[in-house]
Amino acid sequence: MAAARGLTKLYRIGLHAIRQNTTLKATTFLQQRAFRLNGALRQQPFDSSAEKPQFPGASAEFIDHLEFIQPNVISGIPVYRVMDRQGQIINPSEDPKLPKEMVLNFYQKMTLLNTMDRILYESQRQGRISFYMTNYGEEGTHIGSAAALEPTDLVFGQYREAGVLMYRGFPLDLFMAQCYANADDLGKGRQMPVHYGSKDLNFVTISSPLATQIPQAAGAAYAVKRENLNRVVICYFGEGAASEGDAHAGFNFSATLECPLIFFCRNNGYAISTPTNEQYRGDGIAARGPGYGLMSIRVDGNDVFAVYNATKEARRRAVAENQPFLIEAMTYRIGHHSTSDDSSAYRSVDEVNYWDKQDHPISRLRHYMTRAWRKQSRKLVMEAFEKAEKRLKPNPELLFTDVYNEMIPPIAKQRDAMWRHVQQYKEHYPLDLYEK
Amino acid sequence: LLLILIASISRATNPPLTFTGTEIEEQVFIADTHCMNVSAGPTQKMNLFQSVTSALDNTLAGDPTAVIFGEDVAFGGVFRCTVGLRDKYGKDRVFNTPLCEQGIVGFGIGAAAAGATAIAEIQFADYIYPAFDQIVNEAAKYRYRSGNMFDCGKLTIRAPWGCVGHGSIYHSQCPEAFFTHCPGIKIVVPRGPVQAKGLLLSCIADQNPCIFFEPKILYRAAVEQVPTEAYQIPLSQAEVLQEGSDLTLVAWGTQVHVLKEVAAMAQEKLGVSCELIDLRTILPWDTETVCKSVVKTGRLLISHEAPVTGGFAAEISSTVQEECFLNLEAPISRVCGYDTPFPHIFEPFYIPDKWKCFEAVKRMINY
Repeated sequence: MAAARGLTKLYRIGLHAIRQNTTLKATTFLQQRAFRLNGALRQQPFDSSAEKPQFPGASAEFIDHLEFIQPNVISGIPVYRVMDRQGQIINPSEDPKLPKEMVLNFYQKMTLLNTMDRILYESQRQGRISFYMTNYGEEGTHIGSAAALEPTDLVFGQYREAGVLMYRGFPLDLFMAQCYANADDLGKGRQMPVHYGSKDLNFVTISSPLATQIPQAAGAAYAVKRENLNRVVICYFGEGAASEGDAHAGFNFSATLECPLIFFCRNNGYAISTPTNEQYRGDGIAARGPGYGLMSIRVDGNDVFAVYNATKEARRRAVAENQPFLIEAMTYRIGHHSTSDDSSAYRSVDEVNYWDKQDHPISRLRHYMTRAWRKQSRKLVMEAFEKAEKRLKPNPELLFTDVYNEMIPPIAKQRDAMWRHVQQYKEHYPLDLYEK
Repeated sequence: LLLILIASISRATNPPLTFTGTEIEEQVFIADTHCMNVSAGPTQKMNLFQSVTSALDNTLAGDPTAVIFGEDVAFGGVFRCTVGLRDKYGKDRVFNTPLCEQGIVGFGIGAAAAGATAIAEIQFADYIYPAFDQIVNEAAKYRYRSGNMFDCGKLTIRAPWGCVGHGSIYHSQCPEAFFTHCPGIKIVVPRGPVQAKGLLLSCIADQNPCIFFEPKILYRAAVEQVPTEAYQIPLSQAEVLQEGSDLTLVAWGTQVHVLKEVAAMAQEKLGVSCELIDLRTILPWDTETVCKSVVKTGRLLISHEAPVTGGFAAEISSTVQEECFLNLEAPISRVCGYDTPFPHIFEPFYIPDKWKCFEAVKRMINY
């Protein structure tokens, strides 16, 4: 009974945090939080006569009977949504009422992403590019969150957020150039496909190691906070990456150092072949937030309006209050992990089909779709694709630059040695494919 | 009073070792008398940790984006390197982080990438390994992998380094060799206060992520007249401390002082003239100065505390034998730590002391 009481109390606190009326309560929350912080910094005068714990590490009450707190795995943090699976708005007061052009842009960007994914996945199968990762099923998480940000907000991603870049205006040509590692690649051909980056669009270049971006995002947010401009940092990662030590580090640092940062977790059910019940035993990622002192919410990632609303509000408050927010967007990875994966080895076709047919972010906006747009998007993608194919690779000189901010003698020596060698054995090297 | 306070705090963190039997020969720091003129301005007597504070003070004063962070830096740091800086520059610029090295370096990378001069402290070099992935896979490759669109050149990582008499396995390590295998970062080790301030300021200014290892045994023991204003000592330039004709000695950090004594012993007892080189920057290292010296002398001895196998002496040795093969009169000698973890009570037997180095000199001369 006491366990249930404790449980409901926690649940209520969680709900209260989620359902706060934003305008007025934000100020009171800030005041409360400031008070709590000051309390932590200026420890109350020690008074052992008072029947209250005096420990510096926690400001709790005493309890006189033994009870363990139960992790809330069955009925956990609820999933916020705006539309039902048929695309009907459920609670009109939660409808963001976005202008028609904006909603149309959402739909166009999601279908453009979907189309690009189909074509580039096939191109890998055909041996044209070495590797690819699709975003099937997660288009809503990308577009909904990207639309809620300002163009100057800094984005740290993992590898399955191409829609964010696409929404910001990264052209098809440059997606292709990176995948083909041709001379137009902004990354100068140095990384595997889908490791996009764009300084102009404030999208930090993707790296393969998982979760490394999470503490980096905290540091960037701290620097952004000190600049005092209206800027936030957003950090995307999957539920698998959230198991890494770097995730723990990033959450803890962002909270203790009060960073204006949005943590956006795409919980898509799988980390390659590892399902969520082998990844964690707690109530997902959102439930970890309160443990770090993070404002946290769980949303329906396949509902682009819910993603938009949550990100928009998190952004507003992160900037206003200099605190991090954790958004766990529940979704489903419809595609394989990558072109190196065949997911039929670990999940049923029926399961995948359910999500593809009955709960898909694009379907939920289907009533805005026109057949003409799908054809046109395919044409656009094919044009960019053919152009990328024909383009030469970057000059092999670029193998040796940018290790340091300027060339250093030992690397220059190795570069010269490579060219001498290649000159001598040129018939064994595919020089014709590269720019001179 | 302050000295007593410092001394007592130091004793709390570095409890004195009791000896039975043979005493450990005291490590002697030899101040730079030969000091190349690093800066013209006024100087002040400073020990190594004070010279670090001075460099950080100059940096915070001149660069509004500069921030210093790590475990316990707010109150001044366990080695007193950040004393007074929080009061002077504010709690948003000098602050504690949670106890998490991967977080400290990851945070620093992000802050640097977003335009802040980020100075991260790792409490002991022995604890840098949780940050290995962030340093090697992220910091070192940030510029390269992004096609120069992004970089974390504004990141500097500082860590206390090297043996201290009683540090044992986890307070004595010299991990530079793990990182020299990683293009994209710079690694620097000073031998004293004047060098430390100039080299640290160069690392902070350098547009590549740098790791700055500070020999902890010299924090209090090394005292010099250090310029109070900012100055820089160039990176990737080794320094010839003493010219000689018969044998080249190469070291960095504390070991430079050991080899100074060895050079004196060699002259006095063997009539051998040694050329002493402080490498200073370990990566990228100054091959030219070292090779030029070996061409002249024909003999090379490299010494470091870190274990011999895979230690940086191996890299120097390999390059020198490639470049100077026909000039060599004797095999290149490495006098280093043994291939064991750094022991506690056996430290006097473990370290490459002046006698081991002297013996190596004798062998080379008589080869």
